Amino acid sequence: MKNVSCYINDIEVTVPEGTSIFQAAKEANVKIPALCYHPDLPAWAACGICVVKLEGSPKMMRACATSVGEGMKIITHDPELHQVRKTVIELILSTHPNSCLTCPRNQNCELQRLAADFGIREIPFEMNVPEIEKDESTPSIVLDPEKCVKCGRCVNVCQQMQDVWALEFIGRGDGTRMAPAGDIALNDSPCIKCGQCSAHCPVGAIYEKDQTREVVRVLRGGEKHNVVQVAPAVRVAIGEAFGYAPGQISTGKLYAALRRLGFDVVFDTNFAADLTIMEEATEFVERFANGKGKLPMISTCCPSWVDFMEKYNPELIPNFSTAKSPQMMMGAMVKSYYAEKVDKKPEEIFHVSIMPCTSKKYEIARDEYMYSTGVKDVDVVLTTRELARMIKSAGIDFANLPEEEADPTLGIYTGAGTIFGVTGGVMEAALRSAYNFITGYNLPKVEFEPVRGLEGVKEAKIDIQGTEVRIAVAHQMANARRVVEKIQAAEAAGEEPPWHFIEIMACRGGCIGGGGQPHGATDEIRKQRIAGLYVDDKAQTYRCSHDNPQIQAIYKEFLEKPLGEKSHKYLHTHYTARKLYQR
Amino acid sequence: MATHAPEKVTLPDELLSFVEEWRDKPGNLIMVLHKMQQIYGYIPRAEALELARVMDVPLAKIYGVITFYHYFKLKKPGKNKIQVCMGTACYLKGGQDLIDEIENLIGIGVNQTTEDDVFSMESVRCVGCCGLAPVVMVNDEVYGKLKKGDLPEILAKHRGES
Repeated sequence: MKNVSCYINDIEVTVPEGTSIFQAAKEANVKIPALCYHPDLPAWAACGICVVKLEGSPKMMRACATSVGEGMKIITHDPELHQVRKTVIELILSTHPNSCLTCPRNQNCELQRLAADFGIREIPFEMNVPEIEKDESTPSIVLDPEKCVKCGRCVNVCQQMQDVWALEFIGRGDGTRMAPAGDIALNDSPCIKCGQCSAHCPVGAIYEKDQTREVVRVLRGGEKHNVVQVAPAVRVAIGEAFGYAPGQISTGKLYAALRRLGFDVVFDTNFAADLTIMEEATEFVERFANGKGKLPMISTCCPSWVDFMEKYNPELIPNFSTAKSPQMMMGAMVKSYYAEKVDKKPEEIFHVSIMPCTSKKYEIARDEYMYSTGVKDVDVVLTTRELARMIKSAGIDFANLPEEEADPTLGIYTGAGTIFGVTGGVMEAALRSAYNFITGYNLPKVEFEPVRGLEGVKEAKIDIQGTEVRIAVAHQMANARRVVEKIQAAEAAGEEPPWHFIEIMACRGGCIGGGGQPHGATDEIRKQRIAGLYVDDKAQTYRCSHDNPQIQAIYKEFLEKPLGEKSHKYLHTHYTARKLYQR
Repeated sequence: MATHAPEKVTLPDELLSFVEEWRDKPGNLIMVLHKMQQIYGYIPRAEALELARVMDVPLAKIYGVITFYHYFKLKKPGKNKIQVCMGTACYLKGGQDLIDEIENLIGIGVNQTTEDDVFSMESVRCVGCCGLAPVVMVNDEVYGKLKKGDLPEILAKHRGES
């Protein structure tokens, strides 16, 4: 690509043609303030805070939506620009409730940061805050339209990144709202609860449903046996809430923090990921090698993807793996296998999972299969963000915590389990075991590079004893839609399916970019978190799920064999076609 | 599940053939929605959902359009549509007094419909006969140079016809 050179406040920078002024300024280490702009999304030019000028021209243009040209001399900061930006911020504040102290985004709000940076001390305009009720209909996220600054990020995320179209701009002018089509609750809309809107919202207008009080109440109550599980992607992101770089592996401190919060037993979802692989890879071998079931087989660890498919593509239900997600497998094992071991009844156990995901809150009550032990297999889901708040409010000095181990029964994991948190990870883990199940020995090199990275749809072929297995991996729902369309086209044309095995995760980058992770994720941060999980993979004694000694033990002592009778009772589920709009 | 979901409806042939005519043309959605409002008098929810399916357009997009333009109605209007002109001339000549008086007489404000579905009222910007200000239109009939006292008779006439 051609490069162009331009000047940002007299600093010369050379950037690829088509680069926005906003990005070019970043290259020159100049920060242009903005509210609506987000690097994941097309420039929307809604807020007008990123205005800049060209030397010799009084005209102001938006840095996010203007490309640099050869020799352009750009002024990003001068008294006039400062005043214009300040006025825009004041105008936004005049339509925004002044309730920072009680807002879930207090100290972590992009508007608050702007107001602080610009030294806003009063709002010279008449306040005009609409009174609109919150939408708390989903189990995952809350919409608080009063706080909306109309930046458009959530709508663009929902429509362009995720292709879900649950949210739209409704109305116009100062009456514009972000809402589902036609005065209905979010839970009655096509919303898949991925929470990407909440991860991208610059303010407190969309946020995760907070259940920390519920958990604290039970932990303090002392009546239950409190068991927690923690998902792979949490360990490489929660550190961000305590000043660590993204990708820093905090597993040991995380276990320690959970014990200090009052959990009696700490298990690791990574173990359950290994268990998922045992079931899912066996299921794949059954379908692929023994012709039992439909191909391509599609992974189902992601509840948002499951919800999407049940609403948009129920014809794919036969292609779905019946294996539950690691979270739900852990829940079932905690309240059956583990409960028996410690002589507890399922109802005596309070089981919490720590997830990078808002949709996991929905998954635990998705249907009756999520109650396989007779009670809720998982009682409450907390997102990474909620756990970070709990740790802070409990006065735990995270940085200086000792490194602890998980409780071994359901806490020992392999490298295959930990990479579940990243796009391509489920596929890589499944291939490591499927290869062994078919050939009887492990892959000479367990790393499977073609499924790694942030490419939207990744395809690869793998040779298993002379047989070609074609696979595809997609993350971010709009990419998943492309995969679905190809499957449908092949089926309509009476052709062989383009792939045998497909992994789909709803969020960009996989769970490490989940809707419940610390705010501020960009591709830069996603890559760091991903790198962290691959480091964790390499650091494990065992790299393949079937080599996990605790997995071998659970089959020997309890489950007997993958896809066996007990597996079906506890570890597998079914899917239901659902209406796109409930009303 | 989904017990209160909208019933599946069938769109009239008139609309379906209009959709086909416009299917590949730019700006088709708004044209089809105009047609839909012409047929039903508003954009009914269940029909909009079916239209979304037929046109392969997200329902959210349809609602984005119909809530942006005042022209589109989301609620079923009354049998008689009262339009009070609030263009500059009518506004100056007391358009608001006419709105207040209509509210006084039949109990509905702007963008509301009477409980018996006989009347609905809206305010419009200029109906193109400023010389007759203030103007009220009921359905296709124009009433100009109106005084408050003229309204009971006009309303009674249309009530009788409905």
